[in-house]
Amino acid sequence: MKGLITMDDLTNEDIHSILADAQRLLPVARGETYLPLLEGKILGNLFFEPSTRTRMSFETAMKRLGGDVINLGDVKTSSVVKGETLFDTIQMVDGYTDIIAMRHPRQGAARYAQDAARVPILNGGDGAGHHPTQTMLDLFTIQQSHGTLEGLTVILAGDLRYGRTVHSLSHALVRFGCRLIFASPELLRMPPEIVEDLREHGADVTETDDLLGNINHADVVYMTRIQKERFADEDEYAKVAGAYKLHARDLDNAKSEMVIMHPLPRVDEIHPSVDKTRHARYFEQAFNGVVARMALLCRLLGIEVPAEIGGGDA
Amino acid sequence: MAEEHNMRRVTAIKNGTVIDHIPSGQALKVLELLNLTSDTSVPVSLVMNVPSKKMGSKDIIKVEDRELTQAELDRLALVAPESSIAIIRAYSVAEKLTVNLGEEVRNVVRCTFSNCITQNPREPLPHRLRVTKTDPLTLRCHYCVRPQNLDELIHNLL
Repeated sequence: MKGLITMDDLTNEDIHSILADAQRLLPVARGETYLPLLEGKILGNLFFEPSTRTRMSFETAMKRLGGDVINLGDVKTSSVVKGETLFDTIQMVDGYTDIIAMRHPRQGAARYAQDAARVPILNGGDGAGHHPTQTMLDLFTIQQSHGTLEGLTVILAGDLRYGRTVHSLSHALVRFGCRLIFASPELLRMPPEIVEDLREHGADVTETDDLLGNINHADVVYMTRIQKERFADEDEYAKVAGAYKLHARDLDNAKSEMVIMHPLPRVDEIHPSVDKTRHARYFEQAFNGVVARMALLCRLLGIEVPAEIGGGDA
Repeated sequence: MAEEHNMRRVTAIKNGTVIDHIPSGQALKVLELLNLTSDTSVPVSLVMNVPSKKMGSKDIIKVEDRELTQAELDRLALVAPESSIAIIRAYSVAEKLTVNLGEEVRNVVRCTFSNCITQNPREPLPHRLRVTKTDPLTLRCHYCVRPQNLDELIHNLL
């Protein structure tokens, strides 16, 4: 494995082993112990479009492991506005760094960058395409909650059409035999070519517009934000948005171990009353972004994570 | 006999290329792929929907005074991957060629997805479409991984 562009770059065995590394790195991610495994290494953060969590968690992950980070900075003031091609930008950063984390508005940009680069590329999102490092932290969170990735019933709800997070995650969950329920308004359905792909891989997929009616069967409810700007008129938005707002009272009959996740930022699709329930996992999930990315940085840089790490409870 | 009769529907050519076993109804697309629809200097004969033992029915194209290059054959693979090509010199078959669709179509056509990284014409890496299935022909962009619509693809030739 050179870089991580889509989840297809990882075997199920790779996934299990990276998640095990992440589990052992938890005390380092919490700052309870210092383990400079990546001392002397430099990460290039190339974010061609806005990012808060992904960029910051890459930076934190690198620094917790003793490595350093250089940033592209604001695209508006970089050489990109002067018309530099992605190829040329990558040639430059390739020479400055040991590994690159990248987000780009164009789909396929990460694969393109990997073909142009000597160092490994970590895809932090390419258009509506893939976001595999998010998928790894999502899988870590699911495994942490259920002790397994196998055979779970997972609802993915909200904007399934444009959300790259749910595209990558569905592909990964199918590989572990999970049953998927896609709950979304008609306009924001999962792209048909993705559903077809998943079914070709033997997936049990149900498409519905009913989120609340399916909650009681779920082991995981993965919420995403429905964006107002996707709808032609506000009335249309108002009609559907209400059906995808979770409130604590909607969870009365949910399985006790069911967890609610969200890639964040949320707007109003998860009411604050849910935060206090046993089901809420989205803030742990955001923290897990650091530990999952630590494990991935080590893996792609060929640095072995020690079998035992002291300094705190993993 | 039927095959011979088909070939005689149009006059034999002295020099040029005969493209046989084009799937029925695809001949016009093949002409477009080979940029023969705008080139009025080359005599072209077209036979469509004639009986074929191998295919049921097929189209045939005869192009006078022009021998197809390998790059042109690669283009042909998109709509007529099973076609057979004969280069004619002095009324005889001088060479027989077949179209071999490899695992990848490289620098022949641009990905049809409007937000693919390859839409920037200044990006220098090659355009690459991976063949994921041959029957029916299914192609995906190497970079954005989007499946390609073959009818749209023909308008994206490089």
